[in-house]
Amino acid sequence: MKETAYWTWFIIAAIVILVLAGLHMVVMHLPALGVYNPASGAATDWQNVAFRSQHQFIAFTYIILLAAALYHGLYGLRTIVFELGPTKAFQEVFTVVLWIVGLILFGVGAYADLAAKSVGRVL
Amino acid sequence: METKTQKKYNITVYVRRFDPDKDAAPRQQQYTIQIEKGLTVLDALNLIKQTQDPTVGFRFSCRMGVCGSCGMLINGKPGLACNTQVLDVTESALTLAPLPNFSIIRDLVADLVPMFGVLTGVQPYIQRSDVEEMENPTREYFQTPHQLEEFLQFTYCIKCGSCMAACPTMATDKEYLGPMPLTQAYRYNTDSRDDAADARREIVSSCHAIFNCHYAAECSNVCPKGVDPARAIQLMKKDLVLRYFGLRKKKCAHVHEGPSQSDYKPKIEAPPFTVDQ
Repeated sequence: MKETAYWTWFIIAAIVILVLAGLHMVVMHLPALGVYNPASGAATDWQNVAFRSQHQFIAFTYIILLAAALYHGLYGLRTIVFELGPTKAFQEVFTVVLWIVGLILFGVGAYADLAAKSVGRVL
Repeated sequence: METKTQKKYNITVYVRRFDPDKDAAPRQQQYTIQIEKGLTVLDALNLIKQTQDPTVGFRFSCRMGVCGSCGMLINGKPGLACNTQVLDVTESALTLAPLPNFSIIRDLVADLVPMFGVLTGVQPYIQRSDVEEMENPTREYFQTPHQLEEFLQFTYCIKCGSCMAACPTMATDKEYLGPMPLTQAYRYNTDSRDDAADARREIVSSCHAIFNCHYAAECSNVCPKGVDPARAIQLMKKDLVLRYFGLRKKKCAHVHEGPSQSDYKPKIEAPPFTVDQ
């Protein structure tokens, strides 16, 4: 059932990416709509960035998006590598390595996201 | 009385030849035959064998799309030689090759033994938890029409290997179980008389199994019996995911009561063995 769990969460991650990447596109590439862009101008203008960094929802959204994207991408990589026909032992080691790499990258990304939020609080 | 003469077509047939004892690599041999409407690819091969080259190797048995022996690559598409008419495929050049994703025994004969080995692994037969009932059934196992319809389509598989040859995952992943065994696993898992679904689920949800399907759906596209293995695979995935979330409970097989007006057949004694056990 391990593979069932991996695949199920791979599909759930895809749906999460679809929704949250859509939100990201609206916020970052359609600033005229004004979603989390209170100041007029580009989404990367200082006032808009500072406004977003103070919102917990945005920080939470990006952490979830990071987790979903990392899981979805690393599972895809695992599938591609497994199709090359490695040994059973390699498959098990590779799965553990991907979990470790994924968790490290998630930790770094989540720290950066929370650090940006704390900067916003100072501002 | 006027006799109807059918139009004749000159067809160039390219047959991939390979004898592992003599050839280092497969080669292509060309034949020219004259055919008319109604001639199948198998007829064309028999014509070549009878009139031009008796050494061409191909396998066939029933000649009516039932046994699955004559599966081969016909103008780049896997199919049965016996139920493919030459003029449905071409009016000029016909290219024949053994089924890909299998090793070649000789010429157009692919080695299907590994496929049957994988099929055996998914336990494609009805198993019941009550051994006594399985060994000495007390009565017939009735099914409702709906219970039958749930898996009927998947019973039409003749194990010709066309779906395995068309599968892109089979081409890249040598350990992949393949569409035919996965379809048969689903067929028996869905059967209301069966009790071994959990064991089969363990097999089909392992590495190099059902979740490696890329859903190219070529298996369903080439199936000569309309079995639709891609559908079986997707239904199996759905079943596994629902069970993962606990949304589908275990269903125990049982002997269904038949219609009140039905007669039970008397138990038929098995004939004696014809060979020593």
